[in-house]
Formats: sequence, structure tokens, C-alpha cells
Amino acid sequence: MRTSTGARAGQYVALLAYLVFLGFPFLWLISTAFKSPRELGTLHPTWIPRHPTFANFRQAFDEQPLPHAVLNSLLAALGAALIAVVIATPMAWVMARRRTLLARAATGWVVVSQAFPFVLVIIPLFLVLKNLRLIDSLAGLVLVYVVRSLPFALWMLAGYVRAVPAELEEAAAVDGAGKLRTLVSVTAPLLAPGIVATALFAFVTAWNEFFFALVLLKTPEKQTLPVVLTHFIGAEGVADLGPLAAAAFLATLPSLVVFALIQRRITGGMLTGAVKS
Amino acid sequence: MTWASATRRSATQTPDAGGRRRPVDHGAWFLVLPALIPILVLSVGPLLYGIALAFTDAQSGRSAPTRWIGALNFQDLLHDALFWESFRIGLLWAVGVTVPQFLLALGLALLLNQDLRLRPLARALAIIPWAMPEVVVGIMWRLVYNPDAGILNETLRDLGLGDGHDWLSGLGTALPAVLVVGVWAGMPQTTVALLAGLQNTPRELHEAAAVDGAGAWRRFRTVTWPALRPVALAITALNLIWNFNSFALVYVLTNGGPGGRTRLPMLFAYEEAFRYGQFGYAAAMGCVMVAVISVLLAVFLVGRIGGGDES
Repeated sequence: MRTSTGARAGQYVALLAYLVFLGFPFLWLISTAFKSPRELGTLHPTWIPRHPTFANFRQAFDEQPLPHAVLNSLLAALGAALIAVVIATPMAWVMARRRTLLARAATGWVVVSQAFPFVLVIIPLFLVLKNLRLIDSLAGLVLVYVVRSLPFALWMLAGYVRAVPAELEEAAAVDGAGKLRTLVSVTAPLLAPGIVATALFAFVTAWNEFFFALVLLKTPEKQTLPVVLTHFIGAEGVADLGPLAAAAFLATLPSLVVFALIQRRITGGMLTGAVKS
Repeated sequence: MTWASATRRSATQTPDAGGRRRPVDHGAWFLVLPALIPILVLSVGPLLYGIALAFTDAQSGRSAPTRWIGALNFQDLLHDALFWESFRIGLLWAVGVTVPQFLLALGLALLLNQDLRLRPLARALAIIPWAMPEVVVGIMWRLVYNPDAGILNETLRDLGLGDGHDWLSGLGTALPAVLVVGVWAGMPQTTVALLAGLQNTPRELHEAAAVDGAGAWRRFRTVTWPALRPVALAITALNLIWNFNSFALVYVLTNGGPGGRTRLPMLFAYEEAFRYGQFGYAAAMGCVMVAVISVLLAVFLVGRIGGGDES
């Protein structure tokens, strides 16, 4: 399209403003994470650390049980992602292929579940998990994360199923394959990229989650990374900035990597979701 | 062999030749149950349980049995000035984050839809807030807002515009400071959704309008916006809900302070339930929040229908 040079220049200025707004807090986090304690104490902070150091990372590991936290987060996120995808795929298939009452109810629930404040769910959930002796346990948290990621997983997966031609499945059925067999040997391989994207999305969601982890996990060694990060901020809100920044930076890396991998697919999933609703 | 299997197949199909799909639906149950059972047990169940709890005096760690107390919790809520204050802040926050978020995201989406050289970088950067754990977003902005070692005050000092204000602790600045973070954190989802909507608008229409001599604003109003509207409404409705229910960001930034100025309803309910152990009362708060969200959505949907008449 024809755009005048003036308008184009304006566009670049606007885009630059956005880049600064979006990027500067993250750059500041990185900068703070690599500053020496002495530099953090001076009144005129600089963008680039004068004497870059890993001391904050070491100190962060000394102050809080970070290896535990990373392991817990990893287990919770991997467990949630795997289970969610395994149980969501068949249901998503039914939702996409059959216009039954169930399929419609499930779609409705996906939307409604977004509207309920967690506090209405967390108290009874807390009581239920307490009776099951699953408070302060990673298993309980994984269960919660599975259920929490199901709505979006179902939504994304149903979209991917619709993209697989139904004729292929019909051909398999004609050849005598049962439903499960058809799903596993015909549809699932074609769905694989979508399943992986959905699993990665569930992984990030669980890796980043805070509220349920805060309520359900009490023992410091059992807590996930986001909860442990808040311990760096003392009760009075006073924080040791260097280690805080270092730990926070570490906590971001897995999500950023995963997001870089699936960015396009999520965008696609959201696109179909948003447009079709 | 071929003939035999063909007849057998047609024989099994004859009884329901009219609706071949019917029998499959019963068989599909075992595909649905693995996801349906956890949903019922850990989502729908607790939801109903939570509504029931709102009518009891349930408390944590109490030996006496829980009793039904009818609407007493709701009556108490009605007179709980702190709750209504947090509610007001919650609504202010939901609107105060959602509206600027939408406008900024729309601008960015329109820019990213152009052939600009910085586009890949902008796309990559726009994803960062989305990928970050909310707790990290909160921590990161605490570092930015830090009165002494923060970049915000340093920049202001360089510009000669003030000296070391504590943004997150100031009674007047805490809520605006937190709102900025909310806008920042939620912009990517909105941008991505709007960008997706933009890419669905037919390019030919744009070009036709441009050939007809329509200016940028006119093209936006007559071509872009009508195509974008469904996506824009959907993402705005979701943003309102998500923002009204947000927790982690503000928990990390201010923990509701100073003096309750940023105490969102979720923070209030969390404290009530898990610090003071008032499960029944907190559940009642949850019910009121659901009711308000439903009303918000209803108003929004009516607006959507009303708005539909003009186009």
C-alpha cells in the first residue's frame, strides 16, 4: 500500500516507543541481576553494570531452596502438561467431531470457567484436597493444574482436530478400526504438532502459576519457583535487590524458550478461538 | 471375500441407515470421561461446594461443626466497608487496565500489521510480558519503581523532574503505578488477538477503499473496525474478567498496600480465607464477585447487540 514518507516516519517513531515501553523493564531486570552489591547501593544506577558478576545468582541459591523450587516447578508443569494433553485429546476429538449436547456443554463450560474467580473454587478445593491428604503435595497441585489447563487445551485441540480431514477417519472406520484405534493411529499422528503446542502451553501456564501454589503448598522445600521468589521480598516489603533480580531472571528463562517455540501456534489457536466464538 | 465383507458391513448398517452417527455417540463416552471426571470433581464440584459454603459459618481449623447460617454472610458483606472499598478498587482496576490496554494494543497491532522493518523485533518483545510469570513481572517492576536503585527515578533525576519518589508506597501513586504494570503485562494477549483479527480483514477491501480516496481514519472506521469488532469485543470481555480477578501481580507489587489502596477483591478474599480462616465469609465474597462479573458481561453483551444495529 502507498504510505507517505511522513506517515511512515510517524509509524517508526510509534513503534520505537512501543519497543522501549515493552523492553525496558526486562532490560532493567537483567541489568540488576548482574550488578555487584556495591553498585546496587549507589544512588545513581546505570543501565550497564560496571563490574558484571554472577554473585547475585550464587547468593540467591544460598538464601532460598532454589534447586528444590526449580525441580518442583518442573515436575508440576511437566506432569500437568502431559496428563492434560492425554485426557484432553480424546474429549477434544469428540467435541470437534460430534455435535452432541455433551460437546456443546463442554464448549460452554470452557467459556464459563474463565469467568469464575478462583477464590470461589480454591476454598472448597482446599477442603477437598485436605480430605484426600493432598495439601502440601505436588500431586495435589498437579491435579489442580490439569483441571485448570483443560479448558484452553480442549479449545486448542478441538481446533486442531477440525483441521484434520474427517474423510481419513471415515476411511479407517470402513477398514474396521474402532474409535480409539482410529484416534490413536490415524488422527493423533496428524494432530501431533497441535498436541505438542497444547502441552507446551499447559507447561508454561503451570510453570508461571502462583495463586494455587501459594495456597496449597506450605513447606518451603515443596514450594514452586514463583512462591519461593516471593520469599526474597521480606515481610516488610524490603528486598535484597540483586538476588531477587537474579532468581526472577532465572525463573523467566524456561517460559521464554517455550514461548519462542510455540508463539506462532498459540497465535493461531487464539485466532481460531477468538474468531469462532 | 470382498463381497462377503461388503454385505456384512451393509447388513450392520441397515438398522440405522437414517442416522449413521447415532450409535457412535454412546461409544464416545469412554473418550470423554478421562477429562470429564476431573472437571466434575475438581472444578464443577468445588464451584457448587463453594456456593454452598457461602451460606455456612465454615472456618479453618475449628473443631465445632459447620452450621448453615442462611444469608448472614451476605448481610455482613453488605455492611463491610472494607469489602466495598476493595470492590470499588477492583472495578476501577478492571476498567483502568482494560481500556488503556485495548487502545495501546490496537495501536501496536495496527503497526505490526504494516510492513515495517522492526516488526520481527517488536513481535518478539511483545511476547515477553506474556511469557513471564506474573510474579516475575511484579518483581521486575518493583526494581523499576525502586526509590533509590530504580531506573524510573534515575531517569526522572536525569531529567530534573523530582528526586526519589517511592511510587508503590505513596498513597496517591500506588494505584496508578500498579495500573501501568497491569497494562504492560496484559498487552501482548490483546495485541496478538487483535493482530489475528486484522489479518483476517480482506486486503482488497483496504486497497479498494484507498483507491476510492478514503483517508486512514475512514478506512479504519469503514473497513478495519467492522471486521475487527468480534475479536475486539471478545478479548475486551475476557480482559475485564481476568483483570477483575487478578491477584499475583498486585500481591507481589504492593500486597494491597499502602493502607489498602491497591487491595483488589481477590487479595481481600484471600486474606479473609487463608489468613483469618473465614472460609464461609470468603466464599460469600466469591459469590458476589461472580454475580458482578455476570452483570458486567450481560451489560457488555447488550452493548454488543445494541452496537450491532448501527452496522
